[in-house]
Amino acid sequence: MDKIRVIIVDDEEEFVQALVERVQLRGMAVEGFTSGTAAMKEMEQKDFDVAVLDVRMPGLGGLDIVADIKRRWPERQVILLTGHGSAEDAEKGMRLGACHYLMKPIHIEQLVEILQQVAGPGQKEQGDE
Amino acid sequence: MPRSTEKTDGFTSLPPLHRRRYRHLMWQAGLSISLTAILPLLIMTWINYSQFEETFHQELVRPVFRFTANAKRSLEFFLQERISALSLAFREKPVQVLRDEKALARMLNNLKDTFGGFVDLGLIGPDGVQVSYAGPYQLAGKDYSGQQWFHAVHMRNIYISDVFMGYRHFPHFVIAVREDNHQGGHVLRATIDSEIVNKLILGLEPAASSDVFLINRQGLLQTPSRLHGRVLEKCSLGVPPYSAKPEVYETMDGDGKPLIVGYAYVNDSPFIVMEVDQSATHQAGWLTLRRNLFLFLLGSVLVVLAVVIGGTRLMVNRIREVDLRRAAVFHKMEYTNKLAAIGRLGAGVAHEINNPLAIIGEKAGLMKDLLLLSDNPPDRQKLLELVESVLRSVDRCSTITHRLLGFAKHMDVQKDQINLEVLLKEVLGFLEKEASYRNIEIVFDVPGDIPNIESDRGQLQQVFLNIVNNAFAAMENGGRLEIALEKMDGDQVAVNITDSGSGIAPEHLPHIFEPFFTTKKGGGTGLGLSITYGIVEKLGGDIKVASQVGRGTRFTVILPIRRKDE
Repeated sequence: MDKIRVIIVDDEEEFVQALVERVQLRGMAVEGFTSGTAAMKEMEQKDFDVAVLDVRMPGLGGLDIVADIKRRWPERQVILLTGHGSAEDAEKGMRLGACHYLMKPIHIEQLVEILQQVAGPGQKEQGDE
Repeated sequence: MPRSTEKTDGFTSLPPLHRRRYRHLMWQAGLSISLTAILPLLIMTWINYSQFEETFHQELVRPVFRFTANAKRSLEFFLQERISALSLAFREKPVQVLRDEKALARMLNNLKDTFGGFVDLGLIGPDGVQVSYAGPYQLAGKDYSGQQWFHAVHMRNIYISDVFMGYRHFPHFVIAVREDNHQGGHVLRATIDSEIVNKLILGLEPAASSDVFLINRQGLLQTPSRLHGRVLEKCSLGVPPYSAKPEVYETMDGDGKPLIVGYAYVNDSPFIVMEVDQSATHQAGWLTLRRNLFLFLLGSVLVVLAVVIGGTRLMVNRIREVDLRRAAVFHKMEYTNKLAAIGRLGAGVAHEINNPLAIIGEKAGLMKDLLLLSDNPPDRQKLLELVESVLRSVDRCSTITHRLLGFAKHMDVQKDQINLEVLLKEVLGFLEKEASYRNIEIVFDVPGDIPNIESDRGQLQQVFLNIVNNAFAAMENGGRLEIALEKMDGDQVAVNITDSGSGIAPEHLPHIFEPFFTTKKGGGTGLGLSITYGIVEKLGGDIKVASQVGRGTRFTVILPIRRKDE
């Protein structure tokens, strides 16, 4: 079974490092980026299943990227991370095509569950069909 | 609520409202009101005083003038009458008749009976020898040819002498007349007792307080004076200057008492009639009036002063109370504004705290994962790095919370040495994240010569937070905020805060520091900039604004390097 491929983007480097490692420990293929621009470049090069994006980042923020991803790769899923729990930002993200949003600090089990939900074997197969 | 708000109930925590300022205000108001009230009073009193004085003076002078004029007229009439009588008698009787001493005696008796005052009568020949004499002395044959009066009567035909003692040993004077035509140069000479002149002027009823007498042109007394010497003594007042009319002048006697002196030169005679009045005796009325006037003035001034002092004190106290109340309200308003400003930052601050919290969460989670999920025991170095990261994030959180707490602290006006650059960076610390998310560029321009300034840290933070908050609200994403410090002349430092925001419409610009003026959609309180203005003023500085719609706005806060005491 293929690993779920995840991209995590957050401007806090230490956060990204730890989260990447934790998700990796849970058997997923994860790459972390600290800027929207770098992440977009990577996404163009490589295939992935889910992008976990921080809403607020200097330069390209999560909200700027989500629409772009959904437009170019409709099958790829986006989960938003929001720091200050702004319902407005979350709703906006969902309208743009994000499938979930989580508030920081996040619970890893919840994230993993969502990741598996949106990109797990069943989903992936459906997506492949 | 912060502990310090309890203090706002009393005045203790207010900025010091100096007693000196109110005392100054009281003096200023008191003096100007007093002057306005008292000056017209003084002018009126002065005018009254001058008029009364002039009137009283006239009252003193007029009777003296009148008396002197009367005396002059009476004396001139007296002398003229006697000259005319002598001339008439002389003209009617031939010299031959007058050589007869009996006829001369009859003439003397007639003159005595008709006019009075004649003592004796003598006929003097052209050679100056007395031809005949009628009177109480033995003077027939006396030679007057060498005497000065004899020459004078030959020149002017009429002669009136000064008063003298002569052979007769009592004060008298001489009237001599000469008839050229039919008397062959003879002279008729009559002696007149000067006492009759004295009686004449006393008979004119001078004021009881006055001294009336005659002097001659050398200043010798011709009639007795009560106060200025005896007959033929020098009059202590001297000879007044010649005037054809009666005159009055004021002088002092030897004791320094004021005198009113009236005098008149009696025509065709050596006499000057004088009336000397001791004006002090008349001045009792004037002095009483003057005292009453002064007492009235004093009373009025005292009443005015009492009312002014009382009124001013009341007014200044009211002003002070209002000031205190206003200061208290302003103080509360400032604090509310500060809390509101912090509230506006709340979202950003929460996000900022959330980030390190998220890191802590993930690092701690990873440690747990490594212990539970990893097959190998976790690397010691790795664990150490994770713990360090957690501690760093905790520090970050505490920095943020401390900054927030320090900012929210309710502080009294204090003097601190402040590095403006550090303070501005602290303030901008709140907005750092927002700036980075919104791609707002923040540029600092701090020249090397900016000194520390003496000011109030908490209040300056509030000033700059208000301005920077407004700037952020006015800018779109991707804007630019420039903060430039500048040392100015006169020991001042200027802080220029320039944004690239929407700008302020020219019609709004004059009103932006007014309370309750706002253009923010959804409503600001309209107090931020008015409070900012109030604080800067309180700190002894000034604030200016320049703006162009669509280009941006620049606020310039000018602060003194040394804080002046209020």
